[in-house]
Amino acid sequence: EERRYRSATGAPLWLRRRQHSASCRELAVRGPRLQLRSLSAATSAVWLAAYGLFVLCQNSMVLSAAIFITLIGLIIYLHFVKVDQESLLVIGSLGIQVTSSYASGKESTTFIEMGQVKDVVINEAIHMQKVIYYLCILLRDPDDPQGVSEVVPLFQSSKPRLDCLTEVYRSCQEILEQRKTAPQSS
Amino acid sequence: MVLKVFFPSCCSSAESGILIGRWISEQNSAVILAVVHFPFIPVQVKQYLSEVQQVSNISVSVLGSWSNSKQEKEESLNEFLEDLGTIFSHEPWIQISKEGDSKFWSCSTLQKHPDTHKEEEIILVYYDQRKVLLSHLHPPLDTATSAEHKADDTSKLSAIFDTVAKSKVLFTVDRYDEGPIKLTHWQSDGVEASIIVELLKQISVPACVLLTFLLSLISGICRSRVLKFWPLSFLWSKLSTCEQLGHRLQHLQVISSNKKAPNHTQLMRKANIFVSLMIDVALGILLMSWLYRKNRIGHLADTLIPAADHVAEELQDLLQWLMGAPAGLKMNRALDQVLGRFFLYHIHLWISYIHLMSPFIEMILWYVGLSACLGLTVALCILSDIIALLTFHIYCFYVYGARLYCLKIYGLSSLWRLFRGKKWNVLRQRVDSCSYDLDQLFIGTLLFTILLFLLPTTALYYLVFTLLRLLVVVVQGLIHLLVDLIDSLPLYSIILRLCRSYRLTAGVKFRVLEQEDGKPLRLLMQINPLSYGRVVQTYRLPTYSCYPKDSWVSLCKKLFLGELIYPWKHKGEKQD
Repeated sequence: EERRYRSATGAPLWLRRRQHSASCRELAVRGPRLQLRSLSAATSAVWLAAYGLFVLCQNSMVLSAAIFITLIGLIIYLHFVKVDQESLLVIGSLGIQVTSSYASGKESTTFIEMGQVKDVVINEAIHMQKVIYYLCILLRDPDDPQGVSEVVPLFQSSKPRLDCLTEVYRSCQEILEQRKTAPQSS
Repeated sequence: MVLKVFFPSCCSSAESGILIGRWISEQNSAVILAVVHFPFIPVQVKQYLSEVQQVSNISVSVLGSWSNSKQEKEESLNEFLEDLGTIFSHEPWIQISKEGDSKFWSCSTLQKHPDTHKEEEIILVYYDQRKVLLSHLHPPLDTATSAEHKADDTSKLSAIFDTVAKSKVLFTVDRYDEGPIKLTHWQSDGVEASIIVELLKQISVPACVLLTFLLSLISGICRSRVLKFWPLSFLWSKLSTCEQLGHRLQHLQVISSNKKAPNHTQLMRKANIFVSLMIDVALGILLMSWLYRKNRIGHLADTLIPAADHVAEELQDLLQWLMGAPAGLKMNRALDQVLGRFFLYHIHLWISYIHLMSPFIEMILWYVGLSACLGLTVALCILSDIIALLTFHIYCFYVYGARLYCLKIYGLSSLWRLFRGKKWNVLRQRVDSCSYDLDQLFIGTLLFTILLFLLPTTALYYLVFTLLRLLVVVVQGLIHLLVDLIDSLPLYSIILRLCRSYRLTAGVKFRVLEQEDGKPLRLLMQINPLSYGRVVQTYRLPTYSCYPKDSWVSLCKKLFLGELIYPWKHKGEKQD
């Protein structure tokens, strides 16, 4: 099912939860899509500036350069910057998979095995002039059983607020509990 | 506990039979490698499996049964399959059955010991056997550095990749071969091969032998005593072209060795070196054809002498400017004239030598340009050496100016200490007080004053020539950086990552397939390829790279004191 939340900056977010089986859950946070308004505003600003330059220096290369820059900039923005959806797939006894899908369709995935996951917690961080909450995965340190070797932050570009994070946290913890109650064969 | 079954997607349409693979008990997972079809004799199956186990070092065993029925479920087949569980005793005995064309299979286990009463959840993970077989798993960077880990810390994924990779011998026999065992796996539709690859393999052996012979001849000549006499060996060590040629010779030796590469890293290294050499030579030949067309070499030689003349004239103008009142500063007239005339005479000598050489320049350049066919890197090194030779006078001036300035600075510091009544104690390496005689103090103060007032003139000459020298050094450094880039870029790995991205793996990713209630969870395991940055980082070829020897602070300190700077250090050079 899908519910509406807000991000740390006030933008609307949608959280979708799916339970595939008793030990497998998928949580996806979707941000707002690229608006036509902002796209046309940016493009017209660039082209007006280029036309102004053309009127000043009468060199038609400025216009073609502006078109080129707009196209390249749009492609780079869609492929590398604008994140459409960030999802978390928790499969008990296999691992946790973190996926970011970009607006151009590119998906970048990381899979962390369950043996390396120590815990999933909500942390506080100072970001610019605010203090925000973020969800992160703590990885086990192979040399020190009580220590933490790495912290992997989740939902970095959508930055949901605490109410959304607690929902995701509860869902993850339910599955992580199962691996503690099940008898471990070392 | 959850039972994980890794099923190869190529066996989805196989006929009924029994499943063979590896059971990893510490992870409660079963990796299925192939399906053995009916009819078979259990004893022969067990014998075959023990043979495979001996060759491949993996404990392959019969894990369960697979039934693919096109029509309704047959009860008698079910009982038969359960009876098989008693023949091949394996705990737990996995039974997978597929009906018709349904996507959802039913999977169940038979436990001999009924102490685990509750229903185990089963996860069915499909994997592409061919891709997992051919790929190489790269562990994440932080675990790769600490390689001494206990065995039970090894990741689950590497165990699976290992299992499939080592059981290659299992995949040589398939169901169309005549024999007691009929298997289905990824090569069931025939063993694939490529004619070009086979031809290349046949050609490569005699080619390697020939290349090794030629290389031993060349290295024998290079190591002969004739070339070790003092002027020649000094020249070889200074010219970067010789270093680059030696480097390439080393590469050729690596490629032409007869032994097959022992592991994945060595294989990739050989392939990278080979592709890099080919591209280098191709670019070099392209450059050569461009240079020799329309007699561009002739034009280049014609413009070389006027360019050298022009540089010399500019230097003369510079010196005239320094001998006057440069930037409004007032120089000491006598010293100024001496230094200026000394350097002007030098330039005059240099111009005469260049003019002496001018009839031969075109021929020399023509023959030197031919060596560009050895590679683009060699051509760039030759260019860097030509620049070094043409700006040799700037280097000389820099050395003169620096030595003069250095002497002056040391003299000044020592006389300054005398002025204050102190002395440098060489034994203790510190400054001690000392009582001087009156005439020592008098002469010392006089010399100090002279040196101090002559300082601006010398400092200005030193500054100007140091700047020129730094300019030349920066240009040479840029050329060497480009040569290093061409040398160390692992082109084969990048092309492999582009075209066959499953060969270089950073990890896996799972996709959840359609589910049905009551049936096990279905996941698809795909290969997550390595990012380009990590490909370049892992497979970079080692070079004799040049990098800055000093940090900025020590460089400035050396410049201030007038010590000679050689900013680029080559790996393998002894520290002085």
